[in-house]
Parts: sequence; C-alpha cells; structure tokens
Amino acid sequence: MVASSSSLKLQDLIQEIREAKTQAQEREVIQKECAHIRASFRDGDPLHRHRQLAKLLYVHMLGYPAHFGQMECLKLIASPRFTDKRVGYLGAMLLLDERQDAHLLITNSIKNDLSQGIQAVQGLALCTLSATGSAEMCRDLATEVEKLLLQPSAYVRKKAVLTAVHMIRKVPELSNIFLPPCAQLLHEHHHGVLLGTITLITELCERSPAALKHFRKMVPQLVHILRTLVTTGYSTEHSISGVSDPFLQVQILRLLRILGRNHEESSETMNDLLAQVATNTDTSRNAGNAVLFETVLTIMDIHSAAGLRVLAVNILGRFLLNSDRNIRYVALTSLLRLVQSDHSAVQRHRPTVVECLREPDDSLSRRALELSLALVNSSNVRAMTQELQGFLESCPPDLQADCASGILLAAERFAPTKRWHIDTTLRVLMTAGTHVRDDAVANLTQLIGGAQELHAYSVRRLYSALAEDISQQPLVQVAAWCIGEYGDLLLEGSCEETEPLQVEEEEVLALLERVLQSHMSLPATRGYALTALMKLSTRLHGDNKAAILEKIPLVERGGSQADEEAKESKETAQLSEAAPVPTEPQASELLDLLDLLDGPSGDAQHPPPLDPTPGGALIHLLNLPCAPPPPAPIPNLKVFEREGLQLNLSFVRPPGTPTLLLITVTATNTSGGDVTHFICQAAVPKSFQLQLQAPSGDTVPAQGGLPTTQLLRILNPKKAPLRLKLRLTYNHFGQSVQEIFEVNNLPVETWQ
Amino acid sequence: MIKAILIFNNHGKPRLSMFYQPYSEDTQWQIIRETFHLVSKRDENVCNFLEGGLLIGESDNKLIYRHYATLYFVFCVDSSESELGILDLIQVFVETLDKCFENVCELDLIFHVDKVPNILAEMVMGGMVLETNMNEIVTQIDAQNKLEKSEAALAGAPARAVSAVKNMNLPEIPRNINIGDISIKVPNLPSFK
Repeated sequence: MVASSSSLKLQDLIQEIREAKTQAQEREVIQKECAHIRASFRDGDPLHRHRQLAKLLYVHMLGYPAHFGQMECLKLIASPRFTDKRVGYLGAMLLLDERQDAHLLITNSIKNDLSQGIQAVQGLALCTLSATGSAEMCRDLATEVEKLLLQPSAYVRKKAVLTAVHMIRKVPELSNIFLPPCAQLLHEHHHGVLLGTITLITELCERSPAALKHFRKMVPQLVHILRTLVTTGYSTEHSISGVSDPFLQVQILRLLRILGRNHEESSETMNDLLAQVATNTDTSRNAGNAVLFETVLTIMDIHSAAGLRVLAVNILGRFLLNSDRNIRYVALTSLLRLVQSDHSAVQRHRPTVVECLREPDDSLSRRALELSLALVNSSNVRAMTQELQGFLESCPPDLQADCASGILLAAERFAPTKRWHIDTTLRVLMTAGTHVRDDAVANLTQLIGGAQELHAYSVRRLYSALAEDISQQPLVQVAAWCIGEYGDLLLEGSCEETEPLQVEEEEVLALLERVLQSHMSLPATRGYALTALMKLSTRLHGDNKAAILEKIPLVERGGSQADEEAKESKETAQLSEAAPVPTEPQASELLDLLDLLDGPSGDAQHPPPLDPTPGGALIHLLNLPCAPPPPAPIPNLKVFEREGLQLNLSFVRPPGTPTLLLITVTATNTSGGDVTHFICQAAVPKSFQLQLQAPSGDTVPAQGGLPTTQLLRILNPKKAPLRLKLRLTYNHFGQSVQEIFEVNNLPVETWQ
Repeated sequence: MIKAILIFNNHGKPRLSMFYQPYSEDTQWQIIRETFHLVSKRDENVCNFLEGGLLIGESDNKLIYRHYATLYFVFCVDSSESELGILDLIQVFVETLDKCFENVCELDLIFHVDKVPNILAEMVMGGMVLETNMNEIVTQIDAQNKLEKSEAALAGAPARAVSAVKNMNLPEIPRNINIGDISIKVPNLPSFK
C-alpha cells in the first residue's frame, strides 16, 4: 500500500489554489496535483480513492479536464462503502453523462444498489439514475424502480417517483409501468412523495390523452388534497411564510389546469376551490403570490364561470400595480398568455401595461413591450403607436429591433390613414433606422408610390428628414428615391400639409452630393442617390446646370485612373465655377459619371435627353456640345445622316490624362417616325483600347424627341492617329437598317 | 424543469455547477460565463428574472436568480416552473445551507465544496423539485454524514490499534528464567514495530 503522502487533502488543495496569485500559478498547482491523483488512481490506497476523486471533481468545477477520473467513478460506485459510493455517484453525474462510453457500465452497480436495502445507498443510485440515466439504462432498471415505489421508506419512495418521471421522459413506453401505482401514491401523506406523484401524473397526462382521461377521475381527490392544504392553516412542517407547502399547492394547481382544460365536468368540480383560493390567499408574501398566480392561470385555462374569469384578470391587473417588481413581471407574463384568449379583458389593463414600458428594469420593459404590441388594435393604434415610439427612442439597444418591427407591423395592420402610415414609418426610420428589417425600405417606397395624393407631402417630409440626418441608411435610401421620383413636386409650389418649404435645386443636389460623399453611406445608398440625381436631371429645368454638374462628386469605382480623372475634373470644375454664367458643363465629369453608372456590361437605360440644336427645349445633365474650359474645345462632328436620323460625335480630352479620349455619340431623330432597336458599335485600331458604355436608350423618338447618347472611352497610349469605324443597326419606318462606315475628318486634337 | 443550478461569486468564480441536461463541457463553461455576464449587469432593485442567454435559451428558458452577499444563486428553468415558486426554492436552499453550516458564508461553500452538491441533491433531483422541507433535508444529510464518519472510524481501526499497542508499556522480557534447577533461556523475539 503506497499512500502518496505528498498529495494534498482537499481542503489544503483548495487553500493552495486560493493562494495562487495568477492563472498560471493556479494551473501549475492543479497540474501537479492531478499528476498525484493520477498516480494514486493507478496504485494508490483504495481506501483513499474517494478523497482523490473529490479533489478531481473540485478541479473539474474550476474548469480543468478530469476525464481520467471516469473509471475511478465506476470503481467507487462498486465499492461497498457509502463514503465511496457518495463521491463515485456524484462523479458519475458530472463526468459520465450518457455520451461517454463508460456510461453504461454503471448500470449493474445501480441495479445492485437499488435492491440492497440501505436507503441512503438507494437514494444515491436513484439520484444518479434520474440525472443522467440513458434510455437503455432506464429500460433495464424500470422494474427495479417500480418495486421501490412500494418501499416502506418514504425517502426512497419519493426519489423513486421522480426517477420514474425521468424514465418516462427517456422511454415514453414506460408510462405503462408507472401509471398504475399513481392511484395508490396519491393517498400518501408524506409531502415529498405527494409532490413527486403529482409531478409524475402531470408528466403522464402531458404525454398521453388516454392517461389524461384516466386521471380526470382523480380530480375530486386532488381538489380534496388542495383544500386540506389551503385550510390547514399554519403548520410548521412545510409552510413557507405561513402558506402550507406552496410548492405542492402550485403543482396541484398546474395538474388541475391540465385536467380541467376543455373538460366541463372537471372544471366544475374545481370551480369552488379555485374561487376560494383566489379570494383567501394571503398575498403579503411571495409564497402566497406564487399560489395565487397559479390559481389565476388555472382559472383562465379551464371552463370557469365568467365571474371567476373576471376576478382572475382583475387580480392580474392589481398585481401590475404591485410595488414588488417580481410580481409585476409575473403579472405581465401571465397577461401575455391570456392576450389571445381573453383579449378584451386584458385590454382593460392597457394603460398600466403601457406604464410598464417606462420601467428602468429591462426584464420588465421587455415583457411590457411584447404585451403592448399584442394589445394594439384598430381603435387604439394611434395612441399605442405614440407610446411605442416614445419607448423606441429610449429603450435598450437589444429591444430596438423588436420594437421597431413591432411598430411597423402594427402600422401595416391598423393604419387609419396612408399619411399616418407614412409618418409612422418615417419616424421609426429616423429613430431606429439601423434596426429595421430589410424590407422596410421597399415597403415604404411602395407605400409612398401608391399614394399619389401624398407624393408632395412625402417628398417634403423626407427631404427635411434627410437634411437633418444622412446617417440612417434606410431613411436615406427612401428619401433619395423619393426625391428622385418627385423632386419636381419638391421644388414647385407648396404643400398644404407641411410647412412652407422653399427648396432650391441647388440645395437638393447639394444634399444628394453629401449623401454620395458620406463615408457612412452604403454602396446601395449611393446607388439610390445616383439614380435620384439622374432622374432629377430629367425633371428639373434651369440654366445653372453647370454649377450643379460641377458639384457632383465622383464615386471611386476601382481603377485609380478614374479617381485621377475625377480629381482633375473637379479641380477644373472649381476653377470654372467662378464664371458668372457657366454654360458649358464639364463633360468629363458627366462622362465619368456615366462611366460609373454603367457596369462592364452596361445595361442601364435612363434616357438623359439631349438636344444640341438651338431650339432644344431641355438642357440636361449630359448636355454636350461640350467644351472643356481652358483648352479649346474640340468641335463636334456630324458623322451620319439618314432620313432624319443624325449621329453626332462630341469629344473631350480630359486634362491630366493625355492618352484618354471621351467620345459621346448622340443620335437625334427629326423625322416623323421613331427609330427603334438602335445599336451603335465601334471599332478602333489595335493599339487603342476602346470601352463602349451602355447607351442611354435604344429608341430615338421622332420629331426631335429625346436623343440617345452613348459614351466611348478610348485610350491611346501610343498617341497614334485615331481611326474610328462605326456600325449602326436600327429599325426605321418599318425597315431594318444596317450601316457601317468609317468616321472621316476626325479632328487631330482627338489624338495628338 | 430545472435545467441548471449555478452558484458563483461576484467575480464569476464558480462555487457549484449542476446541469440537469446533457451539455458538453465547453457549453457548460460558456453557459456559466454568459450567465455571470448577464446577471452581474443587473441593478440591485430590479426583478429577479432574466430571459436566458443565447446558449441556454430556447426562448422558453429564463434565469431566476438571487444575490446573497458575495454569491449569486442562479436557477435556469423552463416555462413549466413557477417563477415565484423558484424564488422561494432558492431561499429554501440557502436556509438549508445555513442550517448545515451554521451561518453559511462563501468560505463554507469553498472549503466544503464536496458537501454542497450532496445537500442540493436532497432538494432537487433530475431537474425536478424533490423535497422542500428543510428539516427533512437536514436530517438526511446528518444521517449520511454519520454513516461516513462510522465508515471512516472502521477504516482507521487497524492503524489505530497499531499505534495503541506501540504506546503500551510492556514490561521487560527476562532473558533467563530460573526455576529450581531448570534454566530456560528465552529466545530473542522480533519486536513490534
């Protein structure tokens, strides 16, 4: 026998670990001790094995690995000594859950211990069995446990009953074994056994309608037991603050709820008692309240008399006003359970529920939020939304998402007017924009779009909101969209429903520019802003196009070259801004703008109208005859004309990029017939690089309608003479046309 | 059903960790950490209920806790348990500990870490409430402790016998016994060691 005298007693180990000043020190102590423990397991004194395992379990609780103790648990369980078994069974619960291979090996020991008659030992075995017993073990040991239900020792009986509950959970067929003894067990006087029995019956009823039917016969008996408890008065044995065994009362009430549900007869049998408990329970202490709550829930769940139901809900309402926060919490939870079935009764307490929104306690306000949202209906939607909006502004972040989507959902279901709906959604986006669901943007745009009479109103409100805050992405997106769509309404006149707001074009565009430039803007948001700008170009008139254009920033789109151009053009733009009437827009910026809009394949079709002819009505964003200021502008070139369809080329050489040439192809149609399916393709010599952007459209409407434009980017690194071939295909006057030609007379400035 | 019972101190050091559902050890540790994090954030005068963390919750579960001096007692339960009932149960547990340890404090739980699970096991078994009568529980614990003591006494018996004999005063053994004309030489006997 070799006792490792150098290994510590448990208390000494604890002391040493406490004295460790760092995590590393603690680890060292523990590793050293675990080595001792391992050695001792191997060849130590079996008499002290339990001490070694106790130390190991302590170390395990601190978070260190202890799996090498699994076999020791088995050995200790098999030992005849209670001391050994006690630690062994505890170890089994902690280290040998059913996923471990060694788990099944304890079955035999448990079987032996269950039948050997010392109640303390039987208790240990039952405890471990009920905590970690696998399905297989439960099947093996079911009959043993069944026998123990009849044991003389109440201690063993009560443990056996709870073990039976676990077994049924693991192996539902075992219900057949454990159902019959219940009738006898209900006659127990021992509270512990009774408690376990009620738990067992509850489990059986929840699992099987047949069992439920069977146990309904026992409702009178259960009522009797409960009545005895309630009327017994102060009995020191099981009472908590003067209430006789509130735990047992609560369990019985829960069982009665299950039995009385949807069953008139049972409900009737328990009605009087429930009324008695509801009215007579002392509510000054927690124990009484626990019983009362359970009673209320039972009353509401069964077929109780109307008067009793009203009483029950009123009890809950009273509890909502209780100073004890725990009571308020349980009241809110209970009301939430009832809000579907007894909606009007719960509605009566709406004001108090709304008060609870203001609770500083997060648990309470969360419950209040859930309940408030469930209480919104068409008659109270305005008031409730007001309250909820207030809550949204100050609630903890983890509740914001739920609150926001709750408000939006309620708005969708109960909005009294479209305008109110828009206002509400807007306010939510402004308060908690980052927490709304993805579809909020789409929903709002659809809502606004569908409410024609509110377009002016919407765009004004959104403009104001955007002007205040450009950080809330969903709001910014909707606002940008709206401004793009209805920008004309924003600028013209006033809207009666909002305050008079004089907005200049420049302000609008400046705002959109800020959005584009802001680092807070997501790519999607910038997309919205850009689209809006493009739309605005078709809807706004005015001579100060150039100023507007100059301000438009360029968004980085990979390719540093684009950035460079951007910077350059911006600088030149700022120079020319000084000019009093800048008539020439910076085509380079425009073109780069187009550049960004069109992807590599390029399919965006937004017809920016173009009318280079003097009589043209609209001067637009993409207005060309462009002339870059300081260097002399390259003259435009008319390259094609047929039956009223004319093709013009305009050229820009952006300063700072000597190898780059930008050509805008403009197609105009003065004939009486539309040109459709218009496609223009280009080819250049091999040393050039050509990039063809998507055209603005494929239809050139008749009678000088909106021309189509297309941008060509040509890189000429070798500075070779430019040659350009164009191929046109289109339909005109019912005929399909194809033309291929080389562009002659290209000005030298295009490539020199 | 009670899913877990945790006791930890104000710094999150565990004093008892009992799980009544099979969680892996890593998960158990995460649950302990997360529970401490949630519970330690709470003010003193808020309610004793918390929705469970992401780990231990299916949305059904909640944490019911009480703060006694330097210790948090946390019961993680599902919706089948009465919240107020569990609050009382925690109180029963603490009062039982008090009876077993005479004015229980954290130090008792630290140095008697092997005894605390035994006491709990008399109150909650398999995640279900077993016994709420403090006297019953304490009686059982006393009986079990007595059993252990008597076993320890038995186990220690041989060693004690040896040391008792060692300390006995034995008279000198004579080397020669002379009776009349018979002379007996007493052989050398090995001594007790």
